[in-house]
Amino acid sequence: MITLGLDIGSLTAKGVLLKEGQILVKHLIPVGYNSKKAALLLMDELFEKAKIKQTDVQKTVATGYGRNNIDFADKTVSEIICHGRGIHFLLPEIRTIIDIGGQDSKVIILDDKGNVANFVMNDKCAAGTGRFLDVMARAMETEIQYFGELALRGKNPSKISSVCTVFAESEIISLVAKGENREDITSGIHLSIARRIVSMVKRVGMKPPVAMSGGVALNVGVIDALQKLLETPVITTPLAQYGGALGAALLAEEK
Amino acid sequence: MKRIMRRYYTEAKYAKLLGKKIAWITSGGPVEPLIAMNIIPIYPENHGAMIGASKLGGKMSEFAEGLGYSQDVCSYVKDDITSSITKESPVPGGLPEPDMLICSNNICGTVLKWYEIQARKFNVPLFIYDTPFVHTEFTDEAREYVNEQTKEYIRFLEKHTGKKFNYKKMKKVGHLSLEAMRLWKAVLDTAAHKPSPLTAFDAFFHLALIVTLRGKKVVVRYYKTLLKELNERTAHNIGAVDNEKYRLLWDNLPIWFRMRWLSDKFASHQAALVADTYTQAWCGVIDLIDENDFLGTMGEAYTRIHLNVGVDQMADTIKTFIKQYDVDGLVMHSNRSCKPYSFGQYDIQKLIREMDIPVLMIEADMTDDRKFSESQVETRIDAFMEVIKQRRK
Ligand code: SF4
Repeated sequence: MITLGLDIGSLTAKGVLLKEGQILVKHLIPVGYNSKKAALLLMDELFEKAKIKQTDVQKTVATGYGRNNIDFADKTVSEIICHGRGIHFLLPEIRTIIDIGGQDSKVIILDDKGNVANFVMNDKCAAGTGRFLDVMARAMETEIQYFGELALRGKNPSKISSVCTVFAESEIISLVAKGENREDITSGIHLSIARRIVSMVKRVGMKPPVAMSGGVALNVGVIDALQKLLETPVITTPLAQYGGALGAALLAEEK
Repeated sequence: MKRIMRRYYTEAKYAKLLGKKIAWITSGGPVEPLIAMNIIPIYPENHGAMIGASKLGGKMSEFAEGLGYSQDVCSYVKDDITSSITKESPVPGGLPEPDMLICSNNICGTVLKWYEIQARKFNVPLFIYDTPFVHTEFTDEAREYVNEQTKEYIRFLEKHTGKKFNYKKMKKVGHLSLEAMRLWKAVLDTAAHKPSPLTAFDAFFHLALIVTLRGKKVVVRYYKTLLKELNERTAHNIGAVDNEKYRLLWDNLPIWFRMRWLSDKFASHQAALVADTYTQAWCGVIDLIDENDFLGTMGEAYTRIHLNVGVDQMADTIKTFIKQYDVDGLVMHSNRSCKPYSFGQYDIQKLIREMDIPVLMIEADMTDDRKFSESQVETRIDAFMEVIKQRRK
């Protein structure tokens, strides 16, 4: 049986094709403003990559912010359950998952069977979400891919006290004006978002081992800052970005 | 209900012709002496709820912000200030102007400034019933302090109506008020039945009378009928939500402008919000009132209501409800307006951890629809319900 998992986020759309518990192909494209269009394009490219036809897919499950626009999906499931399932598949020992998404950040606690036991999400504002990092990277005129590495090179992280994205941005501008160096400021930015996440982790009660799911897991600066503050290793996988889509494909396989 | 409320507001509108005085009073304020004195109580907060339900809250808050009130001020305050200027209101012509204001800070400190502002605007006397916060215990000094104010309150009413206080009627009003509270409790208690014959959304609706008119006969009559109806439903196992499978507890004020949407959303997961901490506040202190000495005991009762006690007690109340109503999860509305209600919610979450139920936090406001994001709330509710379903398996 072939199943498809789609994770239509606010910034990127991710898809995973699964065949008998094995990942056939995975793919990712930016979303733009029309999430349904993005999903259709993503599917076409996925099928081409896997050299299969749409009719070969038995079941589709959609997740992510755009999930409800995907009317051709057999089922929609929230990201929490999907990330939980996806990470449990990739890293079965994990009990705490951190996902920093474009609009939402979440901390998920899994039980021994990989079921979600509890979760928290950030409150309404953009602080503590992937958006915060995007805005800050732009303020520092750095490509987001290199942002984390830059942070690692900081020796004395700058103090960024504001949790508000807009205020933090102006704080950074004044730090630059004061002559603090890029690396230190960037490092401070990463610690700032990590602090927000850590307070969420504490709220649900961390259970080690901890892993990160979602695209921000590729950012070494965030991982490093989280490890320092949580005082525990934070594990990732190269497939972290596909955690949600993989979980969706696995759930499609189940029923 | 609609008829009773319409009559109430119509009577208030023509109060002058009827020779009656109008007092604006806070939702937690001691209303019974007003009823005993034939004064019509008007609740700007109830009006605020109506404004919220009519989806006017965002717009009216914006107007008040234009006058210089901060974004962070309670939206009931902003709705009221706006409406008293523009007269825009779900009640034709807006609220009737007050002859006096009665403010009790047992619900929050915001009301003090709010009522001072309105006292200046309408140039009417203001009585403040000051209730000390009950961190852990209610002391004898506190009792003496509030009882003294009850006496002062009565002198205030005598002075501004020019009439002697009617102690005989007060006795009757006291009995009726207590009876109404007992009935209200009985109404809410029916939700312990599975399936629950009513949801918190129903309770939010039926609440209006116990808030505004307790002490009057019509309230007792109304809740008696309602209770009978609910008992019939439980006898026949008719639930408020089709095929109720999951039961939830709500904390904080309702989101007045999203009642329908929320109730449909939860119902789509076969979840019933069977109880809430908000509507329970109007029957939480029954045991503190002595039926035969209402005036002598109301001070303590009004001081020890849900919003005027420490988080430990709030958490205990929530624990009791979790058991009593046998709920699968707790939904907390983190209300941008109501700080005293929302401030301790994270602590409460920690304090009730032993109950081992999932907790969902929704960020919103009771009337200001600018503070509500549908897709974010939807994602959270869906995820929360999925977790609850998974735990059941
Ligand atoms: S702050 Fe809360 S208690 Fe005070 S008036 Fe507003 S809603 Fe009521």
